[in-house]
Amino acid sequence: MLYAILCYHDEDTVGSWTKEQDAAVMKKLSVVQDKLTKQGRLGPVARLLPTTAATTLRKDDPPLVLDGPYAETKEQLLGFYLVDCKDLDEALGVARELGAANPGGAYEIRPLGHFTAGSVQP
Amino acid sequence: MTDTAWIDAALTSARPQAVGALLRYFRNLDTAEEAFQNACLRALKSWPQNGPPRDPAAWLIMVGRNVAIDDIRRGKKQTPLPEDEAISDLDDAEEELAERLDGSHYRDDILRLLFICCHPELPATQQIALALRIVSGLTVKQIARAFLVSEAAMEQRITRAKARVADANVPFETPGAAERSERLASVAAMIYLIFNEGYSASGDTAEIRKPLCEEAIRLARLLLRLFQSEPEIMGLTALLLLQHARTDARFDADGEVILLDDQDRSKWNKALISEGLALIDKAMRHRRSGPYQVQAAIAALHARAEKPEDTDWTQIDLLYGALEIMQPSPVVTLNRAVAVSKVKGPQAALDMIEPLAARLSNYFHFFGVRGAFLMQLGRNDEARTAFDRAIALANTSAEAAHIRMHLDRLQRDSQPRGKKAGK
Repeated sequence: MLYAILCYHDEDTVGSWTKEQDAAVMKKLSVVQDKLTKQGRLGPVARLLPTTAATTLRKDDPPLVLDGPYAETKEQLLGFYLVDCKDLDEALGVARELGAANPGGAYEIRPLGHFTAGSVQP
Repeated sequence: MTDTAWIDAALTSARPQAVGALLRYFRNLDTAEEAFQNACLRALKSWPQNGPPRDPAAWLIMVGRNVAIDDIRRGKKQTPLPEDEAISDLDDAEEELAERLDGSHYRDDILRLLFICCHPELPATQQIALALRIVSGLTVKQIARAFLVSEAAMEQRITRAKARVADANVPFETPGAAERSERLASVAAMIYLIFNEGYSASGDTAEIRKPLCEEAIRLARLLLRLFQSEPEIMGLTALLLLQHARTDARFDADGEVILLDDQDRSKWNKALISEGLALIDKAMRHRRSGPYQVQAAIAALHARAEKPEDTDWTQIDLLYGALEIMQPSPVVTLNRAVAVSKVKGPQAALDMIEPLAARLSNYFHFFGVRGAFLMQLGRNDEARTAFDRAIALANTSAEAAHIRMHLDRLQRDSQPRGKKAGK
């Protein structure tokens, strides 16, 4: 089953990392990702740009365009992984490994109902 | 990331909000800073054991406030930190109070903190030093290094700037709409100054000053998060991101400046460009143009061009035309002339800048650009005169070296022709 691991973190804190700290976190995460890739279990991975770059479309009638992210919360959605896991325990295991590489914040683990790989290459 | 690295990042990110709230509470910058320092010391002790609090800024505000009040009650500055029990943790009623006290004002708190650094009587360098010390929390040593002065000199500069600010009587009431937008404009200008302090460096100092660009971007993003729908703040942030995206392509191995046309565009930072382009797109939707947006739009046109020859110079010419109306200045016209030279040729561009000669008679770029137009027109002797003047006015060795390159080219071009003439 495919699981989405949605990454929430305090954006101010992540934004205060030095370039070296940021690179160190990304390197640690890549170790976990490489392992999953070798096992053929890793789907798309995305890191989102800061929420200041976000725009929200409220689907009212007529639709309303708002500056900023959907929810104004301390911890924001900053990225996600898609991982193939046989059950929740396994998905939680992956999240724990990722969390050890990048502490702070939270992961929301959500099984997928439908997935289309699409045609965009990075 | 280690525990301490995580705590450092959390303290840095909480700093503007916490110091801003403590400043509003105590109405004294020194007290506010000291209270924050004390709260940080407590955090370093408590967070590794008890885990990080859910809202680090609220924790620091509460603890800082309590410690400072305790100090004031005891009537002396140097007292040991009170026992842990004396400091109430954030629970129950106090948490609610802290929210009411501090949460609803955090936008104006941070804006005020930034704004007091923009005191009009402070010279630009002092505004910047003060902002980096108070808002960003850089150490005096770090700031002194960026400004290439001794630590003692920087310490003195900051102390003097603080004294000035203390006399300024910045109001602590929630600002009205007009006042708020004035503050925003001053703060935006100061953030741009910080950025330029880093961006204009070259040679050995470029690497040392790069953190100034990064700090300016952090402050711009912070300001934009507070004022999400301000198109000029989007424009400012986009401008900084798009310019900073070129950092890795801007200098050669000897630290000399590489001009835009000659940069290896594959070295441009794509994530920063994407963020900048997204922001300028968002800003345009508001249809309230301003100088930062126009400058960002110009930078965006450069960023969108994969090769120099793909650059949309017609559009850049139009944008500089708009900027000339918003912010008339000979330097803007000079920049526009470069675009005009690409669209209408060097003669039209030269005609455009001739009237600026008197006002820019001591400006390096004027003679560099004038020389380049004259060279394109084949008026080599006049070009040489302009380039000689440019070298005399160069601010950095890199600028001089760049002009010397043009002079060498003129030399090479004139030699074969000289031989022909001699036949």
